[in-house]
Amino acid sequence: MKGPRLLLQTEGRLTTRMGAAFPGERVVFRGQDLHIDLADMDWMALYLYSITGRRFNEAELTALNALWKMTSYPEPRLWNNRVCALAGTARSTGVLAITAGMAVSEAGIYGRRASIRAIDFLVRTKKEIDRGAGLLECIKKELEQYRNIYGYGRPLTRGDERIPHLLKLIKALGFDKGAYVHLAFEVERLLLEGRWRLYMNFSALASAIAADMGLSPREYYLFMIPCFAAGMLPCFVEASEKPEGTFLPLACERIDYEGVARRSWT
Amino acid sequence: MSVPTIRSKIWSEQAEADNPFAAAGCLCHGYDVYGDILGKASWIEYLYLLFRGERPTSKQAKLLEGLAIAVANQGPRDHSVNAAMNGGVSGSTYASCLMAALAVGAGQLGGAHEVYIAMEYWNRCGQNLELWKKELLSSEIPERADIWLPMEHPPGFDPHGASCATPVKQTLNYLSAASEGQALPWLVQHREELERVVDCPLTMTGVAAAALTDLGFTPPQGEMLYLLLRLPGAAVHALEQEELGWRRFPVFSYTLELQDDPGPKSAEINTL
Repeated sequence: MKGPRLLLQTEGRLTTRMGAAFPGERVVFRGQDLHIDLADMDWMALYLYSITGRRFNEAELTALNALWKMTSYPEPRLWNNRVCALAGTARSTGVLAITAGMAVSEAGIYGRRASIRAIDFLVRTKKEIDRGAGLLECIKKELEQYRNIYGYGRPLTRGDERIPHLLKLIKALGFDKGAYVHLAFEVERLLLEGRWRLYMNFSALASAIAADMGLSPREYYLFMIPCFAAGMLPCFVEASEKPEGTFLPLACERIDYEGVARRSWT
Repeated sequence: MSVPTIRSKIWSEQAEADNPFAAAGCLCHGYDVYGDILGKASWIEYLYLLFRGERPTSKQAKLLEGLAIAVANQGPRDHSVNAAMNGGVSGSTYASCLMAALAVGAGQLGGAHEVYIAMEYWNRCGQNLELWKKELLSSEIPERADIWLPMEHPPGFDPHGASCATPVKQTLNYLSAASEGQALPWLVQHREELERVVDCPLTMTGVAAAALTDLGFTPPQGEMLYLLLRLPGAAVHALEQEELGWRRFPVFSYTLELQDDPGPKSAEINTL
């Protein structure tokens, strides 16, 4: 249906399968009564249910919880955390700080674009392999087309300190034998054997775990949105408590000007 | 301990003698902002200088100013403005109202990312009608997933439009006359043909993309400017709704059809 007819059909009315509030009475949440049917869920389980409409078991929730916990770095120099600290030092509000921090976390070299691209690579590659393609061929094709593989290599450093801890946890939970986890390690093996020398980073292993649980790239992207939040707030809290303006102040001479020489407007 | 520096081709500062953290002079692309630009340049000229690094010609300034007026307020029905109003009416922070406007106005339907994509089309197709037809009709879905979903309509055109809206035509005609570039005049000439090809009318994002291309902006600059230039309308409509109050703003008066309602259930609740 084209033109304004589609808009006319939906003007003033909503149809939804996601939920509704009946003020003073009840809340429906994806076909379930929030206060009765979903009363046993903790927030993480509810968050996953909100995205997928599915319930996850305790072991899955523990592993997925770890993905958030292990990416919570209260390190104020990191780009997104620095936004929160700047908001604190400039005496902005907590919500503005964390939403801005989360918004900038939808970045290219880390964060949400890296997440969706990492899981998407594994899902596409597994499909290709299931159709009979060779893994090395898939890797070469990806590198030729995009010049990088999300989930492999890391800015600033080569190794990823999170991987041994995550690996230990998923072994204990029995998620280390999943097809995508196996694929993620095979990709790393071939990247290290070849001339690329790229190590796996957290994003590849995390997305492999999620893919093995049946999360689609889009679901995984949505699930990971709050993953840095616990690291952001300490940066905001501390900057708010210290004297205003004292988080990374910059003297005028810290601007290294590389532009044109002084000139006159008239 | 050495403090790292920040590199910039845009801005330089000279400190006051008594305070290294206070600027005595600020140069923007070499011009003294407070000693020379202030009082001589218009806001639009300064905006152009900030983005392009050079002063605009009088026609370029006129074109950018025309675009700025055309998109400054698209009214309370616009998704982005409406988002800001939802903040204003409920007493949210003013920053959050503009953040809401930016978040929604960033989108690919009538938003800034659509302008970005449409500007890429201008860079690829230029004034080649056959190339435009080919690009607009190709609905190739990118192989890799991204934070942005694939486009669902030809960028710069309104999938829900019946014919090209009068303000869009008025803006296109005015901006085209002010343009020193090729995109806007070409769009005036070929608008109807392009609309026939995609079976939907040109919209404001399409005009903006052509104007920003004629002004020499890159797609990233164009996206940023489109986000920025639309904020005045969002701000004033948020403030207006705050003033009017939440009782006059429709919330539960919209009909909602819940398609999977389990119905009321009873639960034993201990109320101590």
